[in-house]
Amino acid sequence: MPDMNPHKTPMPEQAPEVRSKNFDEVALGYTEELAKREAARCLHCKNQPCVGGCPVGVHIPDFIRSIAQGDAEGAYHTIRLTNSLPAVCGRVCPQENQCEKNCVRGRRGDPVGIGRLERFAADWHMKHGRDEQYKVEKNGHKVAVVGSGPAGLTCAGDLAAMGYSVTVFEALHAAGGVLMYGIPQFRLPKEIVQREIDSLRRQGVKIETDMVIGKVLSVDELFENGFEAVFIGTGAGLPRFMNIPGEGLVGVYSANEFLTRVNLMKAYRQDYDTPILKPKKVAVVGGGNVTMDAARTALRLGAETVSVVYRRAEEQMPARREEVHHAKEEGVIFDFLSNPVKIHGDENGRVASIECIHMKLGEPDSSGRRRPIPIEGSNFSLPVDCVVMAIGNSPNPLIRSATKGLEANERGCIVVKDNTMETTREGVYAAGDAVSGAATVILAMGGGKDAAKSIDRYIRAKS
Amino acid sequence: MFPILKKRRLNDSMTLMVVRAPLIARKAHAGQFIILRVNEQGERIPLTIADYDREQGTVTIIYQIVGKTTLLLDQLNEGDSILDFVGPLGKPSHLEGYQNAAVIGGGAGCAIAYPQAKTLHARGAKVDIIAGFRTKDLIILEDEMRAASDRLFLMTDDGSNGHKGFVTDALKKNIEAGAGYDLVVAIGPLVMMRAVCNLTKKYGIKTIISMNPIMIDGTGMCGGCRLTVGGKTRFACVDGPDFDGQEVDFDEAIRRSRTYSEMERKSAQEFKCRLLEEAKNA
Repeated sequence: MPDMNPHKTPMPEQAPEVRSKNFDEVALGYTEELAKREAARCLHCKNQPCVGGCPVGVHIPDFIRSIAQGDAEGAYHTIRLTNSLPAVCGRVCPQENQCEKNCVRGRRGDPVGIGRLERFAADWHMKHGRDEQYKVEKNGHKVAVVGSGPAGLTCAGDLAAMGYSVTVFEALHAAGGVLMYGIPQFRLPKEIVQREIDSLRRQGVKIETDMVIGKVLSVDELFENGFEAVFIGTGAGLPRFMNIPGEGLVGVYSANEFLTRVNLMKAYRQDYDTPILKPKKVAVVGGGNVTMDAARTALRLGAETVSVVYRRAEEQMPARREEVHHAKEEGVIFDFLSNPVKIHGDENGRVASIECIHMKLGEPDSSGRRRPIPIEGSNFSLPVDCVVMAIGNSPNPLIRSATKGLEANERGCIVVKDNTMETTREGVYAAGDAVSGAATVILAMGGGKDAAKSIDRYIRAKS
Repeated sequence: MFPILKKRRLNDSMTLMVVRAPLIARKAHAGQFIILRVNEQGERIPLTIADYDREQGTVTIIYQIVGKTTLLLDQLNEGDSILDFVGPLGKPSHLEGYQNAAVIGGGAGCAIAYPQAKTLHARGAKVDIIAGFRTKDLIILEDEMRAASDRLFLMTDDGSNGHKGFVTDALKKNIEAGAGYDLVVAIGPLVMMRAVCNLTKKYGIKTIISMNPIMIDGTGMCGGCRLTVGGKTRFACVDGPDFDGQEVDFDEAIRRSRTYSEMERKSAQEFKCRLLEEAKNA
């Protein structure tokens, strides 16, 4: 009999006043006992609606059954059949819009905590499990993967599991893409990302860092070097600015730079050389998950006040509810319906304040959300010494402009056929934010997975 | 890892290194840069490529010891390796179609100005090199610059080489004397490049400068290297590093270049003390 408790088993986490001063992980994960209790809430529906909500099709009820039976290692291997990065997905997937949204238990009370259970299985495996069974016979075909973020790693992992010799090319000195440079330590510890990458390496995936494809090697040269297909998962890495006066002042960061300094370059640690300003009053502009990450990071660097400035209302914020909730608990202030118009500097060209205007909501725009309209004469200023622009990224044009025959749309996103992820250039596939514009880790993984299937079909048909 | 094949001191604070990086050497062009990292805890710093040899598979860098990272780099010797070495980044310089150029280098900037002069000279353009240093002892690449130019003007701030003055003094003199430059290339400290651009603007001479701002990835991701050019935001790493100098907002670039100067000074000082301490104990 399933446990009919309408509430998700709570996951232990660090208290807000403690965690806002350290970079350790906020959510601490289930114990075996808590995991079993939560697993018992699954109804094991015949039609498995949860699986339909998962971009990579994890066999959810199966792995939950293993956990309920006390077989966490078995649960991990079930997840791993379709998901290369379980410990990552268990932490950063927006489950509330995917698997858990479809959970029948969610109709009366909370859905089953699928993400929390996935994380539990993955963490259990990292502590106690073994990876050996993933060795497969090589099929003699070579595939190049450009970019080692979630799309690239998933594509590489799936292809390696089919027997392909896969080489992943990464521009930075560490693999992981946004998982390493973007998502903060307190939400996704870098040690966990590293473990997942090491596990792919053991599976035979080669990772070459410090390689900017499009500069040091072109896509054509990858083909000349014997790669039969190329996957592009270079992400949406070009930060947007608002083009308002004052964005060139000292103390204005893109969220990419702010987070990269802290996450990849570990500016928060004494033993690293990376400099970062230690601001006292910070405004973070935007309303997405990256905005929350930047705001919470600013608190942890020692800021006294951190304000999120967002031009629409709370209901329209694209950030996950959980992230907003965590940010509020930690003391982040929210200025909704406010839009920056100018950043003012002091006599040394450093940020002194940010001038905003109040907004009201008008008719829905193309995104279906009500369009924010400035209220004439409602300007106000926040005294700040740092502004972080977290208003999104565009796809990086570097590889596209260096590759003949690779078409992009007007937003700079690489054009692919739905489901197959084929680009306009034969043998070249793409997925993730490079195709969709800024989206989620799991959608990128889903795309990487679809691309791996297509690449396999393409190479088989050819040989 | 990228082995250091050759290390040569150019003066008290500047060093040349020839680094084995065959893939980068194969693709490098004048004006592009690399990013390096010395150790796991280290920063990523951009350095303009001073030279390359496609056959030997080497890239030459010249650095001035200014902070902890360059101090750390300078601890490495021939036979040691640099942990990370990425490139070639940025766009190559476009110096085609010019007949009569003044190439201006300031201090360490001469290391980058010199290959530009060499390229122009080899292409048949008339080239004057104007190189400025604080004092005589800091002069680098004198023979090389002489060989790559029709005329070499060596200036020192203190006049210790017999030619007291700034590069702009020599440039102005040449222009007034009817040098007839159709291009000025200026590479050096931001204040020097600003002074050159202010001068050439008056004479309407096209001026190309090379920016070397703070950056992390060098591929357009962090936006830390942004500058205002002709009123628009540009990223030095992907849109540059060469820009039309008369369009650049130098005041902003100078302020931004000093973002971390306080921290950098402190960090370099602490590291120097540590090196002294280690030397004493050794």
